[in-house]
Amino acid sequence: MASRTAISRGILRRSSTFGVRSVASWWKNVDPAPKDPILGVTEAFLADPSPDKVNVGVGAYRDDNGKPVVLECVREAESKIAGNLNMEYLPMGGSMKMVEETLKLAYGENSDLIKEKRIAAVQALSGTGACRLFADFQKRFHPDSQIYIPVPTWANHHNIWRDAQVPQRTFHYYHPESKGLDFASLMDDVKNAPSGSFFLLHACAHNPTGVDPSEEQWREISYQFKVNGHFAFFDMAYQGFASGDPERDAKSIRIFLEDGHLIGCAQSYAKNMGLYGQRVGCLSVLCEDETQAVVVKSQLQQIARPMYSNPPVHGALIVSTILSDPDLKNLWLKEVKVMADRIIGMRTALRENIEKLGSSLSWEHITNQIGMFCYSGLTPEQVDRLTNEFHIYLTRNGRISMAGVTTGNVGYLANAIHEVSQSA
Amino acid sequence: MRPRFPLATHVSPTDRRLSALVRHLGDSSASSMESQNPNQTISASSTAAFNGDSVFGNIVRAPEDPILGVTVAYNKDPSPTKLNLGVGAYRTEEGKPLVLNVVRRAEQLIVNDRSRVKEYLPIIGLTDFNKLSAKLIFGTDSPAIQENRVTTVQCLSGTGSLRVGAEFLARHYHQRLIYIPQPTWGNHPKIFTVAGLSVKTYRYYDPKTRGLNFQGLLEDLSSAPSGAIVLLHACAHNPTGVDPTIEQWKQIRQLMRSKGLLPFFDSAYQGFASGSLDADAQPVRMFVADGGECLAAQSYAKNMGLYGERVGALSIVCKTEDVASRVESQLKLVIRPMYSSPPIHGASIVATILKDKDMYNEWTVELKAMADRIISMRQQLFDALRARGTPGDWSHIIKQIGMFTFTGLNTEQVAFMTKEYHIYMTSDGRISMAGLSSRTVPLLADAIHAAATRVV
Repeated sequence: MASRTAISRGILRRSSTFGVRSVASWWKNVDPAPKDPILGVTEAFLADPSPDKVNVGVGAYRDDNGKPVVLECVREAESKIAGNLNMEYLPMGGSMKMVEETLKLAYGENSDLIKEKRIAAVQALSGTGACRLFADFQKRFHPDSQIYIPVPTWANHHNIWRDAQVPQRTFHYYHPESKGLDFASLMDDVKNAPSGSFFLLHACAHNPTGVDPSEEQWREISYQFKVNGHFAFFDMAYQGFASGDPERDAKSIRIFLEDGHLIGCAQSYAKNMGLYGQRVGCLSVLCEDETQAVVVKSQLQQIARPMYSNPPVHGALIVSTILSDPDLKNLWLKEVKVMADRIIGMRTALRENIEKLGSSLSWEHITNQIGMFCYSGLTPEQVDRLTNEFHIYLTRNGRISMAGVTTGNVGYLANAIHEVSQSA
Repeated sequence: MRPRFPLATHVSPTDRRLSALVRHLGDSSASSMESQNPNQTISASSTAAFNGDSVFGNIVRAPEDPILGVTVAYNKDPSPTKLNLGVGAYRTEEGKPLVLNVVRRAEQLIVNDRSRVKEYLPIIGLTDFNKLSAKLIFGTDSPAIQENRVTTVQCLSGTGSLRVGAEFLARHYHQRLIYIPQPTWGNHPKIFTVAGLSVKTYRYYDPKTRGLNFQGLLEDLSSAPSGAIVLLHACAHNPTGVDPTIEQWKQIRQLMRSKGLLPFFDSAYQGFASGSLDADAQPVRMFVADGGECLAAQSYAKNMGLYGERVGALSIVCKTEDVASRVESQLKLVIRPMYSSPPIHGASIVATILKDKDMYNEWTVELKAMADRIISMRQQLFDALRARGTPGDWSHIIKQIGMFTFTGLNTEQVAFMTKEYHIYMTSDGRISMAGLSSRTVPLLADAIHAAATRVV
């Protein structure tokens, strides 16, 4: 008894002589991190005082006035939800209602795979969260595997699989000379990858190039995947946004499903429902049978639990309210088509405007490419000129977010592109 | 001589793929034959067919989460008198979940504001929310805030804040060892381990007194290596409800600073423990006041009832403004590959409430009402057990604080109460006081009495 109090008194006597202010920071050796290449563009844009400034950086949709859009179907859903429900924890796997509706979009409204409960699926934090859950899952259960990532791809894909500690390899995708798909090299890479490799595929509207395989090319890719026993992981962030028709945009996935692949899929509602900041998405893994799907889902939940416990409810409620109400769903489909059509219109306008200026270069890739982004083919130096001389903001890989192009700025943008590309 | 292909009446997808390949790769005579007769195909050999096994076929089913699994079991129980004292979510006297009035008001404002958009938040979240959250926990006049030495990033509730902080420490801090109290919230060790830290425990709960093992705590922290991280529950310790007194906190602080131990606070119940936001933040503010560094994870799940919206914040108090800025840039690199940016809805609600004086006051009143109801349940349960003459000392029920009571019941007794009385709690004997009402206290008292007398 006496000895114990003597110990604690001794501890306190020693400690009271230490002043905390003399201790240096634990973090003085922390280096400043580089700015995110994509999100840093918007930061720079916001800081620019020029009245002519144009933001074609981040892939967030804008209307023809350059304003962000909240879809009407979302507003209606939100007023239905607000004030009606509680904010209790969702299960670890998220809103089952939202997940069910989301699977129908990817796998088909009447998909047997859904009826047979063969799909392990959890709500995820938009596309990023879905990819990260899968990357962590891949690492945990195939620790020796790698991920094949297309060149180029969304920059954050590299970060995600790196932080999941899955080694990365690349496969050919974009063909700079034609500004289209390097199909022959892609197929070579698929054939030469060791059997059973994991591949990341963009289901539609490839980010950043806007270059998608044709339906026939997808069929061949699928066939070769079968021959090699590869695993296909689809990142589908733009369903509905590419062609305006969600069914059509899911074609690549449906082809793989027809061919019997057991795929993985990340889906996001950030763009096609304009729910960016709500962080709503879904990760699904197609399994052999219901039993296996239950097992895989339980393991996906184990990855979510020490990351965020359970996903946010609000955005999921918006999605499930819209998709389970036929009128709201129809409204959504109309609004998605309007967004996609505006972008397709801007592609045509931008190309025509540049051509009218008498450019000697080919700009048909602007209308050949699809989705939110156009891989302009401009060099980093030309991009810097666009920014410094014309106050036009885009990522240095020359990726233009077509959603940021309006009838108001397309002429200015065309002129600037023509200017900097003449001195190639 | 032209090759003749067998006519197939059924064209499988595989066959179509092979035909497509032939068209691409075959010679011109074959191609022209194909185009003349679309019914001609090449059949696939059986080895080309895909009956693939799943690459994940060897995975076994993960065990149910012990805490969330309680609610799963409760939901399956058909008994009309079942009682869920598992998950720590607040319930009203009527046993219903509660959305605070002030939260509803804030939500309506947000939804009806047509100028609001749903754009991506910055990686570190809503700026207003971050500033106001820092002020809430550190105090509006905190010198650390005034000196711009605090970086605050919005995260997904307490879990997300802890995970981001842990990932940051694993990458940038020189010590990989974190000490967590014994016992602690079941998810703590998983979060730290998966982030890459090593976990050790320090003594905390004394089963004999059902209070704090203060000697054990001081001894264990004294023997920790210099620089080790120490997880501290800011108030309303989960699962025990046992908190150090202010005097004991002072001693803990002195010891930790003398050994250069890094405090990592988990503040999930600010305002919920005593009913006072400032009182519940005292331990954290004490550490910040001495000028040293620390981490603090905040959650609005319970104190604003925003559970499913996943609202929280991680703050790192640094020595200088420059360090805080560099630290913030590195936190972004942790967040971006995890989920890019946090969800906007819950944080908007919090910011709306915290920045409006009337709404803030309304919140404090509703928060106090929740805390008072829980304190009243503690008293009622204690009185009920005393009235029944239940063997043992049950004063810990009113000494412990916050949402949970560590009853001291063993796993057999817990199983007995679930089987015979349909009362659900975690197997460590932790009950959520928030799940009790005046109506159900007698039932629980009966069950505890039965367990204490019949099951030993």
